[in-house]
Amino acid sequence: MMSEKRVNVAIIGPGNIGTDLLYKIIKRSKYMNVVLMVGIYPNSEGLKRAHKLGVDTSSEGIEAVINTNKDIEIAFDATSANAHFKHAPLLEKKGIIAVDLTPAAVGPYVCPVVNLDKYLDDFNINLITCGGQATIPIVAAISSVTGVKYAEIVATIASKSAGPGTRQNIDEFTQTTAKGIEIVGGAEKGKAIIILNPAEPPIIMRNTIYTIVERVKKDAIVESVEHMVDKVKGYVPGYRIRVGPLFDDNTVTTMIEVEGAGDFLPKYAGNLDIETSAAIAIGERVAKKLINKSVELK
Amino acid sequence: MNKPSNNIQIIDTTLRDGSHAVKHQYTLEDVTRIASALDEASVYGIEISHGDGLAGSSIQYGWAKYSDEERLSVAQKVVKKSNITVLLLPGIGTREDLKISIAKGARIARMATHVTEADISEQHIRMAKEMGLEVMTFLMLAHMEEPWKVLEQAKLMESYGADVVYVVDSAGAMVPEDVKARVGLLKEKLSVKVGFHGHNNLGLAVGNTIAAIEEGTTVVDGTLGGLGAGAGNAPTEVLVAVLDKMGYQTGVDLYKVMDAAEDIVRPRMLRPQVIDRSSLILGYAGVYSSFLLHTFRAVERFDVDLRDVLLELGRRKVVGGQEDMIVDVAYELSRKKEK
Repeated sequence: MMSEKRVNVAIIGPGNIGTDLLYKIIKRSKYMNVVLMVGIYPNSEGLKRAHKLGVDTSSEGIEAVINTNKDIEIAFDATSANAHFKHAPLLEKKGIIAVDLTPAAVGPYVCPVVNLDKYLDDFNINLITCGGQATIPIVAAISSVTGVKYAEIVATIASKSAGPGTRQNIDEFTQTTAKGIEIVGGAEKGKAIIILNPAEPPIIMRNTIYTIVERVKKDAIVESVEHMVDKVKGYVPGYRIRVGPLFDDNTVTTMIEVEGAGDFLPKYAGNLDIETSAAIAIGERVAKKLINKSVELK
Repeated sequence: MNKPSNNIQIIDTTLRDGSHAVKHQYTLEDVTRIASALDEASVYGIEISHGDGLAGSSIQYGWAKYSDEERLSVAQKVVKKSNITVLLLPGIGTREDLKISIAKGARIARMATHVTEADISEQHIRMAKEMGLEVMTFLMLAHMEEPWKVLEQAKLMESYGADVVYVVDSAGAMVPEDVKARVGLLKEKLSVKVGFHGHNNLGLAVGNTIAAIEEGTTVVDGTLGGLGAGAGNAPTEVLVAVLDKMGYQTGVDLYKVMDAAEDIVRPRMLRPQVIDRSSLILGYAGVYSSFLLHTFRAVERFDVDLRDVLLELGRRKVVGGQEDMIVDVAYELSRKKEK
């Protein structure tokens, strides 16, 4: 039944990430309706694809989002950090909530299963990094049971799933993920390592999460991690434990595999899928809240 | 025959690649003694970093007894002639780590990526060049790709500003023909210098280095006593002796590196630096040499055969830095054994 009200959203950036967002919203969203996709190149493949799917497009970039009369309430930004720095104040002025998939971090770091509740009223929400979305839930699950003195994550992704943005800004990935592990994951100190593997066929994203815990409460840690994995599965069905949690003195090792849904991006690119899926999960919660609010007002 | 160049620069990496073999437990006294001996012997570069590069100290790669900064600080006091050299693997270390090491006297920066991933080193190469360093770049596990692919990636590094591009046989898996094909093509098509870094898992570290030099390599790596990951590296003292006999100039004092290997480094070895079945299988399977000691630990923990673990890692085409896969494979093999 489509009688329920939906929130109008825009996607900024018609690249692979933006297109995957579009596919996901069209396929599964309960509360959102994509009314506009914008880019800056008229010949963009992504804009053509969106047009074929019946979505209005523009190559006027952010201007098109600001000047439209489509009553857009949420915008997903899948461009670059530099572009988002320009977009953020324009969107806020217009009263549009930004879900930021770039590393700009204008708004707070958010991982939907960990801390979204705190930031539902914010005008700008940042997705940290793909490695952060894949690993921070595990760190948070453990730090909810016992103090985590140190957390270190190793994200291994298929070379083919790392675009030029990631490649040219690899330091940003490690630094931002490490910060996210501390701020959102709750570890006293965080460290992140990223490895690109060119094997063919491409490998599925893998993450190893090491934590040094204050108290080795084995059963509670295992239960908390398994519960968290189930929660993440709610928006990334291919998120699963490969190994662990294994205990070695006060070090806990958990290995996670992330298989994507294969909506637009290939299934091995779990690193990109978990990012777009988290963005959609945030969008859905925000949209639902906006709908409830408008119902109350009436 | 006219040799393209008679001068060979030797970078000694006892205090970086050798660090794997002592589980990154060098004391500051070790660093001082080794660095001053190498400086007195006049090697071109003395590489000092965690085995996995700057900021490599971690659960994944092993904690270092002292930080990169602490080790560089003591070396800076004793190194007068040689160039202090650091290694950085983008994805592990960052430009911030590089800046700290430059403040501590680093004059040569080496950026290392897997042989297919050169473009992740662009930021780091450009920054190091801007800061006035000599930049050498590593294409690791170069045996895994065909020469044309190695060249494609080497050209990227050259375009970012590298002064030397290395063919790195991280798994000690190449035979001399493999080395010649890769080095020869790079030498022909690049305008910068070509380097070679070998491992001894197939007993070819020195032989492969000579093969590389015959193809025009002018910068090569060694470690005192061959101390290093897997079966170790080309022993610096052996390289110096062989190159001298062949008529090349290294500028290195042979007796001094012999003494440093024998008197300072060999007593620090945790296990003899030989080609045993475990290091031989690394070279045979083409697995990153520094996986060896981590594999020993995993084999003990999960009670499986070391060779099975290394062969499976080879089949899965793991790359440098994927030490976590050792536990994954050992765990899976132990599960299969239970069934």
